[in-house]
Amino acid sequence: MMIDLVSRSNALGELKNFTFNFGPQHPAAHGVLRLVVEVEGETVVQIDPHIGLLHRATEKLMESKPFNHSIGYMDRLDYVSILPNEHVYVMAIEQLLGLKVPKRAQYIRVMFDEISRILNHLLVLGSTALDMGALTPWFYTFREREILMDCYEAVSGARMHANYYCPGGVLRDLPNRMAQFEESPWRFSSEIKDLNAPRSGSLLDYIQYFTDIFPARCDEYEALLTDNRIWKQRTVGISPIDADRALALGFTGPMLRSTGYMRDLRVDQPYAVYDALDFNIALGKTGDCYDRYLVRVAEMRESNRIIQQCVDWLRRHKGPVVSDHPKVVPPTRERSKMYMEEMIHQFKHFSEGYSVPEGETYAAVEHPKGEMGVYMVSDGANKPYRVKIRAAGFPHLQALNELCRGHMLSDVVVILASMDIVFGEIDR
Amino acid sequence: MMHKRQQALSVRLKSLCPDNRVDYLTNMPILYGEIDSLESIMQHLQTHDDLQMNMLLDLCVVDRLHYGVDEWVGVQGTSQGYDRARTPLDQQSLIQEKGRFEVVYHLLSTTHNHRARVKVSLNHASTLVPSMTGIWPNANWYEREAFDLFGIRFINHPDLRRILTDYGFVGYPMRKDFPLQGRVELRYDASLARCLYEPVTLENRVSTPKVIRRDDDRLSITE
Repeated sequence: MMIDLVSRSNALGELKNFTFNFGPQHPAAHGVLRLVVEVEGETVVQIDPHIGLLHRATEKLMESKPFNHSIGYMDRLDYVSILPNEHVYVMAIEQLLGLKVPKRAQYIRVMFDEISRILNHLLVLGSTALDMGALTPWFYTFREREILMDCYEAVSGARMHANYYCPGGVLRDLPNRMAQFEESPWRFSSEIKDLNAPRSGSLLDYIQYFTDIFPARCDEYEALLTDNRIWKQRTVGISPIDADRALALGFTGPMLRSTGYMRDLRVDQPYAVYDALDFNIALGKTGDCYDRYLVRVAEMRESNRIIQQCVDWLRRHKGPVVSDHPKVVPPTRERSKMYMEEMIHQFKHFSEGYSVPEGETYAAVEHPKGEMGVYMVSDGANKPYRVKIRAAGFPHLQALNELCRGHMLSDVVVILASMDIVFGEIDR
Repeated sequence: MMHKRQQALSVRLKSLCPDNRVDYLTNMPILYGEIDSLESIMQHLQTHDDLQMNMLLDLCVVDRLHYGVDEWVGVQGTSQGYDRARTPLDQQSLIQEKGRFEVVYHLLSTTHNHRARVKVSLNHASTLVPSMTGIWPNANWYEREAFDLFGIRFINHPDLRRILTDYGFVGYPMRKDFPLQGRVELRYDASLARCLYEPVTLENRVSTPKVIRRDDDRLSITE
C-alpha cells in the first residue's frame, strides 16, 4: 500500500517550496549579498542572508596599525557616508586621550556630517527608485551629489575617501577658493561661465549656494515620488514594523524613527555642537517603506538647515581647526623646519605615532543609517588593542527575514533598498 | 548632562546588583557578570523599572592574550633615549589560561537614555557563554559573529553558524594568535579548473612596532 501512495503523489507532482539564490552578484543587492530565498509561489517564506563576502577584517587591521593610520579604513566602511565614520573613530580616540577639539573644527565636522547625511539619503532615494524601475530620480539625486562631492574634494582632495578628520580636529581649514572648470574639447567656453558662476567664491559660498537651491530640489524629488501612484503601490504597507519590535531588533536611525519612535543621538546624547543648533527630527507612523522614504526626505531638509547654520557660524568665527597638542597633532611644516623639538615631534608622529592611555571607551554618533559606534580598548600602546565597530546596518539586515516574510518576491528588493544597507560597514 | 545621567546609573547599578562589581570608566558604567548568573542579571537589567535596558547595541569579544605586552622587545635602552626594536615576541610564552576572553555587551535604555557595558570573563579551557537571544533577539547575529571570529560558543543559540568568514574557513581570525596575513591563500588553478587553498606565502612585516610608553608625558593630556 505504501508504494502505491508514493507513486500517486509523484504522479500528481508534489508541491514543494522553491529555494533559490539572490545574489551575491545582483545589482539590487546593494553590494555583495547572497540571499537564500525560499518562496511559495511568489510569496516569501524565509530568507537567509549570507553576509561576509566583503569581509576585510578591518578591526584586525586596525589592531596592527598606529591610531592615525586607520582613519582611512573608516572611510571604507560605509562608503556612502564617509565622514561620520571618521567622526566616530576620532571621537573615541579623543575620549581616551581627553583631547579637546576647537569649536571651529566641531562646526566643520557637523557641517560635513550633515553633508554626508544628504549624500547618503540622496543615494538611497535614487537607488530605491532605480530598484523599482524608475530611472529618473537617480539622475536628479546624482546631480546634487555631484555638488556635495565637490565640497569633499575642496577640503580633502578626494571625492569620496576623504580622510579629513583627525584626532583633535580636522586636517586643514576650509579653502578660500574653489577649483574651476576649464575649457576642453568636451566643454564650450559659454558653458564654463555658468558652471563656474557658483564657484567664484570660497567653499562656504559654494555650500551656501547649495543650501539655497536644495529645498527646491527636494521638492523636485517629492514631485517625482511622494504622490506617484506606482511608488506608493510599491512602498505603502510594505514591511511595517512597530516601535517595540524595532527596538528589540536593535533598529536605530531612520529605520527606528519611521515607526514613530523618537530616538536621535543628535538630540538625546548630543555630541560635537549639535546642542547649539536648531533642527527638527522627522518621525514616521507605520514604519513601512514609504515612511522610511518620507523620514529620509524630511531629514535632508533638516540637514540643509543645519548646514546653513554652520555656514553662518563659520563665516563669523575664525580660529584654529585642530588642537595644538604637540604629541597628537603633527606640527606645521614651517615649524618643523624651524625648531628642533618640533622636528622630533614630527618624526615621532609619523614613525611611531602617539600612545593613548590605557582604558576603553564607546563613542557613538548619529550616522545617516543609525547609531554608529566604536568600542575602543587601549593598553597604552601606539596601536589600539581592540576596535569594535558597531555598524548600524548590521541589525537591520538581520531583521530582513522577519520583514520580508509573507511579502511578494518583488518586495524583497524594495525592503532591502529601503533599509539602506551598505556592505562595507556590515561585513567590515 | 549625559555625564551626570551615566554616573547616576552607575550608582543605581551598584545598589541594584550588589553581587556584581561595578566600575565607571570614560562615561560608562561597567558591570562585571559571571557566566552562571549572566542570564538572570541580563534579565534584571532589561526588566527593572529603573534600568530598562531595552536595546542590545553591540556584543563583542576582546582577546586579552597580548594585553599590555609590547610587540617587540628591545635589547637595551639608554637612560635618555628609547630602545630599538629587535626581537619579535615569542607567541607561545604568552598563552594565559585564565580570563583570556572577555565578552562585552553594550546596552542602551531608550526610556532612561543611558548606556551600560556588561563584561564577562572566560578562561581558555571553556569558551561557553549563555546566549542572549531570548532576551534581545538581535543578539543572534552578534553571537554568530563572536563565534565566527573568536570561537566563543553560545549555549542555546538557535543557529550558531559562521557568518563573516568564507564557507569552510578554518580557525578564529580575530584571536590575537591568528596571524594577520592568515594561514591559507586562495588561487585559481587553470589546469585543475578549480580554486585551490595553499599555505600562505606572504610574510608579515611589522613596519611600526607596538610600543607602550608608560613613562611618557604624552600619556597625561590635561586641558
